[in-house]
Amino acid sequence: MNSELRIENHPILEFKRGKRITFQFEGNQVEAYENESIAAALFASGVKVLSRSKRFNDPRGWFCGIGKCCSCLMRVDGIPNVRTCIVPVREGMQVERQGQRAKLPSHSEIHVEREEMNVRVLIIGGGPAGLGAGTTAGTLGLGAVIIDENPNPGGQLIKQTHKFFGSQEEYAGLRGFEIAEIMYREFKETGGVYLNETSAVGYYGQKADGRHLFIAYRRTRDGYTLLEISAKYIVVTTGAFENYLSFPGNYLPGVYGAGGVQTLMNVYGVKPGSKALIVGAGNIGLIVGYQLLQAGVEVAALIDALPEISGYLVHASKLKRLGVPIYTSHTIKNARGEESVEGATIVQIDENMKPIEGTEKDFAVDLILISVGLSATNRILAQAGCQNLYVHEMGGWIPAHNEDMETTVKGIYLAGDAGGIAEASTAMLEGRIAGAAIAQEEGCSINEIESARKTARGELWRIRKSEFLKNIEEGKKKCHQKWGEVKQT
Amino acid sequence: MKKEPRQLGYLPLEVIEKKIALPSEERIKKGPVVIIECVEDIPCDPCVESCRNKAIIKDSLTAAPAVDYEKCTGCALCVAACPGLAIFVVDNSREDKALVYIPYEMLPAPQKGDKGDALDRSGKRIGSAEVEQVRKEAHGTTVLGILVEKDLAMTVRSIKIPEKSNG
Repeated sequence: MNSELRIENHPILEFKRGKRITFQFEGNQVEAYENESIAAALFASGVKVLSRSKRFNDPRGWFCGIGKCCSCLMRVDGIPNVRTCIVPVREGMQVERQGQRAKLPSHSEIHVEREEMNVRVLIIGGGPAGLGAGTTAGTLGLGAVIIDENPNPGGQLIKQTHKFFGSQEEYAGLRGFEIAEIMYREFKETGGVYLNETSAVGYYGQKADGRHLFIAYRRTRDGYTLLEISAKYIVVTTGAFENYLSFPGNYLPGVYGAGGVQTLMNVYGVKPGSKALIVGAGNIGLIVGYQLLQAGVEVAALIDALPEISGYLVHASKLKRLGVPIYTSHTIKNARGEESVEGATIVQIDENMKPIEGTEKDFAVDLILISVGLSATNRILAQAGCQNLYVHEMGGWIPAHNEDMETTVKGIYLAGDAGGIAEASTAMLEGRIAGAAIAQEEGCSINEIESARKTARGELWRIRKSEFLKNIEEGKKKCHQKWGEVKQT
Repeated sequence: MKKEPRQLGYLPLEVIEKKIALPSEERIKKGPVVIIECVEDIPCDPCVESCRNKAIIKDSLTAAPAVDYEKCTGCALCVAACPGLAIFVVDNSREDKALVYIPYEMLPAPQKGDKGDALDRSGKRIGSAEVEQVRKEAHGTTVLGILVEKDLAMTVRSIKIPEKSNG
């Protein structure tokens, strides 16, 4: 096993790896640990190129690391287009690059079972929003079912090794992965059902009795189970995905989403590279920079096109006092390399965002992290016919929702980043509000609901008083106000 | 042109002196006392919760914290509790050296007696430091007490300990 890329000592994390197994990659035997993703296992064995571009045969690697960007599609056991970043590697698996055009297997080649489910509350996404919604609904007497396509519960909390801000209501002072464990346990204690490795296929309309039909599939040992779910309520808590950035060489393996790198190094304990350049000085870029140092990766520099950092000063200060340079008013000019990143050039930009000639700096890096914001994963809501609203403060179009987190379609709720990018505390609290609102619809004990909702709402508007969350406060207010109008249209 | 903290990515000492009501020099000479380098309105309060003497005050969840230096005993519990790793404790009561408590979450795992570079807020080496105390706290943040030259008490904020050779 290529031990150099496996993180053995970490100041915060202890990696509990699964059993040692072997699988086949294009005829070669590769060693891996059970329960890690195929992409992580390949990366740890030195394979960065997961596919090639159709026209120029350029190398391509993974980007988001959480199943959303489809940059890691490979053929696994004969089935093409498998998102290798979220599918766990198994003993004897056959993995290969799928070439120019993936041939779809015939029905007889895949084992598919069908199952019908009748649930009161279906939650799509098991991160802080989904777990918050499920636990509150469960506490108020409504057992919920959460589906999530990742192997581990907790959404993106599981890769957060820093301690969270907030107050006790949002588990402040605990590290993200600890919060994931607690929230999952709390959800299970309410009698909730959590289906991992279960991907959403789509929303298939409302039946005569008003129930919603939703289709998902679950990966099993020997194939798939197609789930036909009839749900009285759906809460969409599908989170967000990392934005991409245009620059020459951006396609090279080694250019990764900052969040994807977190998954690789903090969930699977694989070292993502030896020296990194980080593009974007928001909180994610700053936090991940610090986490790279903890994983033993050198950080050459952190850059941002804006004249100042956009994350918290305390996060930036952690990096600065360890000697990491931060260049504001700088952008990435290009990434270089043959099969993967070997270097990058940055350049200073003027107030019109134009590069200033002669200010270029070169870095010999094998890792470029992109952390230039997130986009909401809200296609399920669009498919279900939920109306959108343009809210400038929230960065553009968001699905309209009221203060109870209900969308413009009766019975469909949302919480967390799917309803506009914010942060984890917001996700937890919005989830709880959605759970309480559904409980009220179902006629559960009013006093308990009122207290749950009041606490969550109070907390939500309390954290939004921060200068950093002002836009969200304004934007969400507008969204709630206009919800009634768009619902009529 | 002088750069602003948010351009630099840290708070230079002269800004801290302006923005934060620091303990008096006498108080620092008397014994350990907390320095909270948190000036932005982050919605956060574990520091308030961690203080047994109620020395840390926040007017609201999003207000920057203030300290009652007479109540502070310099116990450093808040150093490990702060999610932003922005709290330090400074003790200039010793004859020879200043003892500065810093949050530490890096490898190699430090041990008493380890020597390294004393770094300031910008990461610049400003002298040498020696690890005097290692307190492993809950949830993984270690609080290090490091000894530095007395005049560095308010400037040292990190230590770089060289990799230990195997063997």
